[in-house]
Amino acid sequence: MIIANGYLRADGRKGIRNVLPVVYLVECAHHVARLAVERAQDEQVHLLGFPGCYPNEYALGMLKSLTTHPNVGGAVLISLGCEGFDREGLAAAVAASGRPVETVVIQEAGGTRGSIDAALAAIARVRTVMKEQEHRAPVHISDLTIGTVCGGSDGTSGIAANPAVGRAFDRLVDAGAVCIFEETGEMIGCEAPMGIRAVSPEVAAAITTSISNAESYYRAMGFASFSPGNAEGGLSTQEEKSAGAYVKSGSRPINGVIRPTQQPDAPGLYLLDIVPETPPKFGFPNISDNAEIAELMSCGAHITLFTTGRGSVVGSAISPVIKITGNPLTYKRMEGDMDVNAGRALEGTASLDEVGEEIFRLTLEVAAGAVTKSEALGHREFILTYKSADALGTLCGMPVR
Amino acid sequence: MGSGPQGRETAAAVLVLNPEDNVVVCRRDVRAGESLVIEGEAVVARADVALGHKIARRLIRSGESVVKYGMSIGSSTAEIQPGDWVHLHNMKSDYIPTHTRDSRERR
Repeated sequence: MIIANGYLRADGRKGIRNVLPVVYLVECAHHVARLAVERAQDEQVHLLGFPGCYPNEYALGMLKSLTTHPNVGGAVLISLGCEGFDREGLAAAVAASGRPVETVVIQEAGGTRGSIDAALAAIARVRTVMKEQEHRAPVHISDLTIGTVCGGSDGTSGIAANPAVGRAFDRLVDAGAVCIFEETGEMIGCEAPMGIRAVSPEVAAAITTSISNAESYYRAMGFASFSPGNAEGGLSTQEEKSAGAYVKSGSRPINGVIRPTQQPDAPGLYLLDIVPETPPKFGFPNISDNAEIAELMSCGAHITLFTTGRGSVVGSAISPVIKITGNPLTYKRMEGDMDVNAGRALEGTASLDEVGEEIFRLTLEVAAGAVTKSEALGHREFILTYKSADALGTLCGMPVR
Repeated sequence: MGSGPQGRETAAAVLVLNPEDNVVVCRRDVRAGESLVIEGEAVVARADVALGHKIARRLIRSGESVVKYGMSIGSSTAEIQPGDWVHLHNMKSDYIPTHTRDSRERR
């Protein structure tokens, strides 16, 4: 079944959006990049970037993945000039993917004013090439990668929004999509039930290793992936939050454990392990929800299903975010931000299967171009920080096809 | 009644997620003194308990596992009576301490 008219990329992947990211390569270039994005006045020109001046393999790998994401058609890089980021390496990766790319170096382009003008001209040229190269192609469900994340969880998340997403995930996996759930730190306590769903003993072992690594990492950090709002919403412990988060994964077999920037090339369900394998070095694995969304996108996610209880408002650059709340009171308070009211399953006005069906259908509609509430509100949050995460780590249990 | 949110049962104020569970989850704000019928057994709420929070459906001895979704979500730190609100004041994680807004004061 054809669900959308997408954008065919040179690597064979298909996008559901045609975004042109403007990427600052150090915080010193952030302002110029932001003003260029604002002045471009184009819904599809998004701001990304990395603030650090010291080089970091993880950040480079992330930006390579994101600027060659199927939803991206070309990129403009904004460099101060003296930062440590490998801007040539990033530009080469974008060019090698067949996409137009231009780099503006502020120290060579006449400072702030000259660089903004140069960036706007570069955006216009990249846009023109994107238009010339544009190759539309039918998108099937099996072309999609869908991620899920939760943020601002409460006692309703694990009994309404997350199980409803789990049902949508089952539908998507059955139709041949890649589905990714994440945060091993939010699966602490769920090792046993997850192991049973692993497609092989190797994948089960990888899951156990990942969870135990997450536990020791968060123990070193002092506390788990648990915020004060979680407790106020009725969640008492990490393992309680975990059990509720885990149900987002649905019920299908777990095909493998992936790391940020690894893109499964076979359909099915994957666990994204975002916790570094190395001893704690740069602090928390992901400092906020948008860092997790960025990692889901680095694994190819076209759309993120974001469940919330307390009520998150964030969206994302590059890939649309569908917001689902399981808390009927939150839905009433923040209806302008919520795409789906899974709280109906708590109130008894809909079954979880019906809410799951609604999420499944909305996912296909958004793939076809329907605008999510966070997209319409202009939410394009993006965050990328220092981290060690081996891009070539354990891609376990990928079925050979 | 159906024991999960799958059902269209609207009357119940609380949800039994798994028959093994010793806690139930509030589908709406519950008032102290309210009578709840949990799978045929009468339990009186001993505190105001908010939507999404947990109420004990049976006696949970100190140190016993608190069971939700059929799995342990931590241990009780005090004896919990049926109808009690179950939260950080009477249970704790078996893995890692819970961080709250007043963690710093409690340290």
